[in-house]
Amino acid sequence: MSIDLKTIKHISKLSRISVDEKRGEKLAGDLNSIFDFIEKLNELKTNNIEPLTSIAETTLKLRSDEVKSKNIREQIVKNSPQDNEDYFVVPKVIE
Amino acid sequence: MSDITKQSLTELVENIKNKNLSSTDITKAFIERSEKSKELNVYITDDFTSALDKAKKFDQKPNLDLKLPGIPMAVKDLFCTKDVKTTAGSKILNNFVPTYESTVTENIWNEGAILLGKLNCDEFAMGSSNETSFFGNVQNPIDKNLVPGGSSGGSASALAGQLTPITIGTDTGGSIRQPASFTGTVGLKPTYGSCSRYGIVAFASSLDQAGPMAQNVKDCALLQEIISTYDPKDSTSIDFKRNQYSKKLNNNIKGKKIGIPKEYRVDGMPKEIEDLWQKGIQYVKECGAKTIDISLPHTSYALPTYYIVAPAEASSNLARYDGVKYGFRAKGENLIDMYEKTRSEGFGAEVQRRIMIGTYVLSSGYYDAYYLKAQKVRKLIKNDFDEAYKKVDAILTPSTPSSAFKIGEKTDDPVSMYLNDIFTVPVNLAGLPGISIPAGHDSKGYPLGLQIIGKAFDEQNILNIAFAMEEKINFKNKITDWWIE
Repeated sequence: MSIDLKTIKHISKLSRISVDEKRGEKLAGDLNSIFDFIEKLNELKTNNIEPLTSIAETTLKLRSDEVKSKNIREQIVKNSPQDNEDYFVVPKVIE
Repeated sequence: MSDITKQSLTELVENIKNKNLSSTDITKAFIERSEKSKELNVYITDDFTSALDKAKKFDQKPNLDLKLPGIPMAVKDLFCTKDVKTTAGSKILNNFVPTYESTVTENIWNEGAILLGKLNCDEFAMGSSNETSFFGNVQNPIDKNLVPGGSSGGSASALAGQLTPITIGTDTGGSIRQPASFTGTVGLKPTYGSCSRYGIVAFASSLDQAGPMAQNVKDCALLQEIISTYDPKDSTSIDFKRNQYSKKLNNNIKGKKIGIPKEYRVDGMPKEIEDLWQKGIQYVKECGAKTIDISLPHTSYALPTYYIVAPAEASSNLARYDGVKYGFRAKGENLIDMYEKTRSEGFGAEVQRRIMIGTYVLSSGYYDAYYLKAQKVRKLIKNDFDEAYKKVDAILTPSTPSSAFKIGEKTDDPVSMYLNDIFTVPVNLAGLPGISIPAGHDSKGYPLGLQIIGKAFDEQNILNIAFAMEEKINFKNKITDWWIE
């Protein structure tokens, strides 16, 4: 398998990480060597194996949906790079 | 006073209880030593002023019934600490101040401990050498220009360098046990579901576990009994009967059956590691345990499985860093451009690499071939352990395939860096507890660790085996204070 620059561009778009041409080439190289290593899994036949989706073999517990923390809006908004009183501010999305 | 920082946690607690030392004495001693230890670069954020205030307050009205009465300690900067900056070693969280406390650290403060500061780590815990941190690499107190391991490298280095009497780390593929091994300290990765993940910056949620790091097994057991609690705030926290691990610590392991997995004898493993392993086998036999050769046939598939599962989960967990609600934001022409530039400038190279691997293996057309395949192999790896545990009580292996390497030695080759975790990763995939204890030195004088892997929820058993072995090994860490200013 080989990951080319076009694939990198595609993954970069899906993961919302901008990648320029030069870094793209380097990433393609890195990912190819990592996937060469990962391909080892193809040695195994796994048709009849159940996938392990959760390591803790317990059913999820239900709890009532209660608000536990109070009045932390100000603190939370304070952590944002840009805010306007009670709101997070982002670049304009509607023309 | 200079010998305060040399004391184990157990000794410090005794000295506080006997009123030989005050919390202020101890806190001052660790702060003074930390201030002379800048070269190790273990702290991302220190909280020394506040720590001293808390120590003085403790001394005015000491509660000596607590398990960590007035004991100062620093923690990995992956644990959210209320009102104290928490970065996860990343530029993207460089200015993040949590509004809440992680359950694990809350448990620690509830027992009387005092926060000294936040310790350096690989960015989002992704690394095996602490070299991916935005805040620079960490020096290993064992030798200059030697990595402390990772991702809990700052924790291991601060502990071995006597800047904190105990500490906590997190372990997704070996991030507690490998740095413990590289620095001559003890590190435990508990069973998945034992310690709450609430308030820990997430890397790979089905693998992440917090755990204790200490100078000896007894201290490690004490810290484990404090941090391991059932927590409704973590939906994967498991409600089982937890032991008072330190009280029940027992070096009698007569008749215990210890498995020796042949697949851990990997190609190219240095003879020193094989010799160490043989010595370990000898020690457990001298303690009256039996060793049994076992097979974990899918061991060599663990790392490839891990490098699908962990990046997949990471790519999903790290989707939240978008420059909107917290952390770093880059300027962009529009919203999408802002996201893309923020993540490109805010994440380091290794984190970007893993997000991209994860995104790829989860993307349309590749999910079955990679992610589903890896989940199936993960099942086979877990089955191997289940089979083995029909015959044995615990498993003994080396912790790492080598001693600590030089800073910069493996940074250009991600796969060779990943191979470091070959003995630790299977334990995370199977959700089991594993402990690394210092067991000897290589020809360069660098420490080497042995790992004991237990059945799920059987922390007491591996702590007991470690405790018995520790007595036999009688390990002395060679710390020369070369970095002290």
